[in-house]
Amino acid sequence: MTVAVLYDANKCIGCRGCQVACKQWNENDEFIPTEENGVKSKNTGSYENPPHLSARTWTKIRFTELEYNGGFHWVFTKLQCMHCEHPACVAACPVGALQKTPEGPVIYDDNKCFGCRYCMVACPFGIPTFEWDSPLPWIRKCTFCADRLGAGLEPACVQTCPTNALKLGEREELIAEARKRINASPDKYVNHIYGENEVGGTSWLYLSPVPFELLGLPALGSEPVTLDAERAMGAVPPVLMGVAAAMSGVYWLMKRRDRVNRDKSKKKEEVTK
Amino acid sequence: MIQKRSFPFGTFILSLLVVLGLGVIIYRYIYGLGAISNLSDGRAWGLWISFDLYCGVALAAGGFTLAGAVYIFKLEKYHSVVRPAVLTAFLGYTLVILALLVDLGQPWYIWHIIINWNIHSPLFEVGMCVMTYTVVLALEFSPAVFERLKWNVPLRIIRTIQIPLVIAGVVLSTLHQSSLGSMLLMMPETLHSLWYTPILPILFLTSAIAVGPAMVIFESTLSTRVFGHKLDIEVLSGLARIIPYILGIYLLLKIFELTAVGELGLIFTAYPQNLLWWAEIIIGVISPIILFSVSEIRENRNAVFWTSVLVIGGLVLNRFNVSLLALGMRPGYVYFPHWMEFAISAGLVADALLVIWLAHRFLPIAQPEQTAEVKV
Repeated sequence: MTVAVLYDANKCIGCRGCQVACKQWNENDEFIPTEENGVKSKNTGSYENPPHLSARTWTKIRFTELEYNGGFHWVFTKLQCMHCEHPACVAACPVGALQKTPEGPVIYDDNKCFGCRYCMVACPFGIPTFEWDSPLPWIRKCTFCADRLGAGLEPACVQTCPTNALKLGEREELIAEARKRINASPDKYVNHIYGENEVGGTSWLYLSPVPFELLGLPALGSEPVTLDAERAMGAVPPVLMGVAAAMSGVYWLMKRRDRVNRDKSKKKEEVTK
Repeated sequence: MIQKRSFPFGTFILSLLVVLGLGVIIYRYIYGLGAISNLSDGRAWGLWISFDLYCGVALAAGGFTLAGAVYIFKLEKYHSVVRPAVLTAFLGYTLVILALLVDLGQPWYIWHIIINWNIHSPLFEVGMCVMTYTVVLALEFSPAVFERLKWNVPLRIIRTIQIPLVIAGVVLSTLHQSSLGSMLLMMPETLHSLWYTPILPILFLTSAIAVGPAMVIFESTLSTRVFGHKLDIEVLSGLARIIPYILGIYLLLKIFELTAVGELGLIFTAYPQNLLWWAEIIIGVISPIILFSVSEIRENRNAVFWTSVLVIGGLVLNRFNVSLLALGMRPGYVYFPHWMEFAISAGLVADALLVIWLAHRFLPIAQPEQTAEVKV
């Protein structure tokens, strides 16, 4: 059994308490824009702040204003690591610094990483971030509060959410519940649980009143993105043996050809003598 | 062998570039990658990965193709160009490693890859191949140094393991060239469909084999101009004759693959990416196939040189396309390399050119082995 979180955009009120709770629990609170911290917010023309996930912001609420089905919608989308069932970052990491735990979270180990950033490039959701301004930089991303889960607590964002827009539970049960919510009010939800099948399934599941592409979530297939790379890596040992054997074979053949030619020319010389 | 020459102007410029690059590298270690690059969470890999890693490795392909051709396929005609090709490959790989020491967030932990293996990661394969093949290349080139120093014992040892070394070089290069393609297989959703295909590793290997001889033509022509020892036109036109066959296979693979998945139409509809695709194919594949098939062109040193420049240019564009230009970014970010990113890459290339210049002055590069074999 794996844990998962269901995020219901219809219940989210965009208070961003999850953002603050995340920073507090994960010791990024000195980067919360307050006067005491000396961190200033910039007017970006939206309540949405900060503009991107970063090494200091592991989750954030995206604000989307849009027209859909003849109605106006103001939709909130919580962004954080999706904790894939078949994570590209885990397959990509050359040193195994990223691991998918059996319980569900995808966790990261500073002690193995050397900062190649392949995980950032490979992630289909664009989640892992990097400490660009540090001379000793690490990768940073949502940990699913694996430390809290281990102690029997909910993730900080889930615990702080005042409207129960976030619900922690067992993945299959949450999918069933999500389906129930869709069926109960099909006019309020699009008939799609984002994360149920995307890239082979994720531990974070989304419900929304509008199609997910309109919220800027990438439209992804149901195949894990790691499949082709897995096949290619599986071919490495046979290719290694095959090329080595072929090259040795060619070398032997060519050497033999040279020797035969030499013998022939010798014989010719003898004949002419 | 050693002619007394004044310090040429070119090497002065190169030395300046090296010093500038070195300064930027020191700055980078103090203030972090953010201070010297325009890399961001939206574009985590930039100029260094595309140019120094992707192009650097591909352009080093002259080493294994020529060593394989001469020592395994016994094409003795090309003996005289093996050593410069191996030297360029070795320097190419050194450049890759130096660039990685800049690009990695914490390069002092690079040894983690030796103890923490993730055998499912294409980048693990890349790392292993870079390390082992650089050693192989160093050993393959070492006779030039031993001959100069008249160290006969190590020379004899290297000679006895020469064939296994060359075979190891071909095997490692096959894996390495293709693994750079495998790395992109992790990005089926972000790499544009014109380039993304499960056969990317095979395409990478094929294009690297094609660019190998082109690089040898390119280098040896340039070193002819700079150092004066003229290369037999037979060698150049022989190399030029092979290239269209390999490029032909490459082109067919590309077209067949796009047709098989029903995406051939993209080459007309996927504006503006299709312009990059066409540029890459016309410059680096179709034109050289046509030009190198004409025997008058193969007999003309200048024409051979410029056509091989086309092959190299097309390959460079291809590697930039797959690793940068056609690779999607996170929304809300832009990337154009910082001048210090350029300074580092330029500095590293200048490093390599200076070493080549020194090697040609002080080591037996152009006339390998004949004299030394007598001594041994």
